[in-house]
Amino acid sequence: MSGHSYSYFPGCSQSGTAEEFGLSTEAVCRALGIELAELPDWNCCGASSAHMTNDLLSVALPGRDLAIANLLSKDLLVVCAACYSRLKVAQARINCDEALAGKIEDIVGADPRFNGEVRHLLDMLVNDIGFAYIKKWMKLELSGLKAVPYYGCLLVRPPEFCFCDSVENPTDLDRLLEAIGVEVRPWSFKTDCCGGSLSLSRTDVVERLVNRLFVRAEEAGASCIVTACPMCAANLEMRQKPGRLSFKIEHRVPVLYFTELLGLALGVAGVEKCLARHIISPMPLMKELELLTTERA
Amino acid sequence: MITGLNAGLEKRLEADTGQKVRSCYQCKKCSAGCPVAFAMDLLPHEVMRMVVYGQEARLLGSSTIWLCASCETCSTRCPNEIDIAGVMDGLRRMAVDEGVIPAEPEIAAFHKSFLAGIKLAGKTNEPVLIGAYKALSRRVFDDLGLGAVMLAKRKIKLLPRTVKDRRAVRRIFRGSKGGARM
Repeated sequence: MSGHSYSYFPGCSQSGTAEEFGLSTEAVCRALGIELAELPDWNCCGASSAHMTNDLLSVALPGRDLAIANLLSKDLLVVCAACYSRLKVAQARINCDEALAGKIEDIVGADPRFNGEVRHLLDMLVNDIGFAYIKKWMKLELSGLKAVPYYGCLLVRPPEFCFCDSVENPTDLDRLLEAIGVEVRPWSFKTDCCGGSLSLSRTDVVERLVNRLFVRAEEAGASCIVTACPMCAANLEMRQKPGRLSFKIEHRVPVLYFTELLGLALGVAGVEKCLARHIISPMPLMKELELLTTERA
Repeated sequence: MITGLNAGLEKRLEADTGQKVRSCYQCKKCSAGCPVAFAMDLLPHEVMRMVVYGQEARLLGSSTIWLCASCETCSTRCPNEIDIAGVMDGLRRMAVDEGVIPAEPEIAAFHKSFLAGIKLAGKTNEPVLIGAYKALSRRVFDDLGLGAVMLAKRKIKLLPRTVKDRRAVRRIFRGSKGGARM
């Protein structure tokens, strides 16, 4: 197998609203022979709320995770785009500011100067594993599926931590999808913000951003939106038309994690169960394109 | 009439965020690309100039500092390499530290709930977050329809996940004086 081994930061969303992202990630890694050792007793990175209101807290929370990662002395693989960003920013600040590093060390009670690399799952799959290897294990070409890749904010910004080939027009996810037979439709909204951090508090603002993304995806001729961010996915699926007692969906374009499609292409067991749990069900689309193994059997 | 001037605002902000706001030459790229500009009371380029003018009271009392979603499109595109989203963070933290009443109470309540959840469990559990947010924002009846759909799809996990080393989490909050204010 591939012989790749990482310590693994699953992140909170991946056992909550984005459970399908976590499950499909682990299944895909198993199928590709990528070893993941979960960081023992990891804590929340603090996400937007920490850096928006308390600078020291926004470094100390991921600082404890980096201190734990130090003990495993492997590169740290991160699934969620926000966790990736927070861990990356914290690592850079700790490692180049001795005064801050000392302060964080005092607070977390361990050495937070992590010398390994913090890597995002997409980066690892595209740049370490590579398309040739993925194709070798592919069981099913996802032909007929038209997708727009949606990177969102935190995979590409801030630019100093962007692993993609471009900040404004990245193609990493595009190329990965093409490798497994997906038809990638061009659109201009790859890295536009969905308003995730305002999802609960200013639903009116978020509704406008989310609907624009759906309209543009439909205009681009996509039958699904593919993302690598659990906040984008939750926000898009749940915020088309926020209301009190009602829940309406006007744009029925499914929002999928790229790992689910990868899992489908690799013939990984359990991915179909993930697909079935989406709020905007991709099942009619998948059945129509005969992409489900249970349908073909 | 301009009130609440503070000539030292720009310097203080620079000390906190490392950003030299005075290098802004008002090209308005930040405001042009901002996804939430339509909802803001001050546009990002206006914020930059008002920092230089020391208009502390207007800035700290603005909706804009809370509405900024930290997407960092502005910071990425600024020709003068000002981390505008970082400046927004700095202003918001200043407002929190000085106890300014937030112009966007729901957004402030969200952040407070989010951090309270981490302080409690070390991990973010969506039901805890949503419960705390509804209590703090008094928007108890929002999203009941969505909640029913999420329950049906088994997207709500009732058993919270926690960090085993709870003392470590408490020490982080104590050491960084986090979660108490706002």
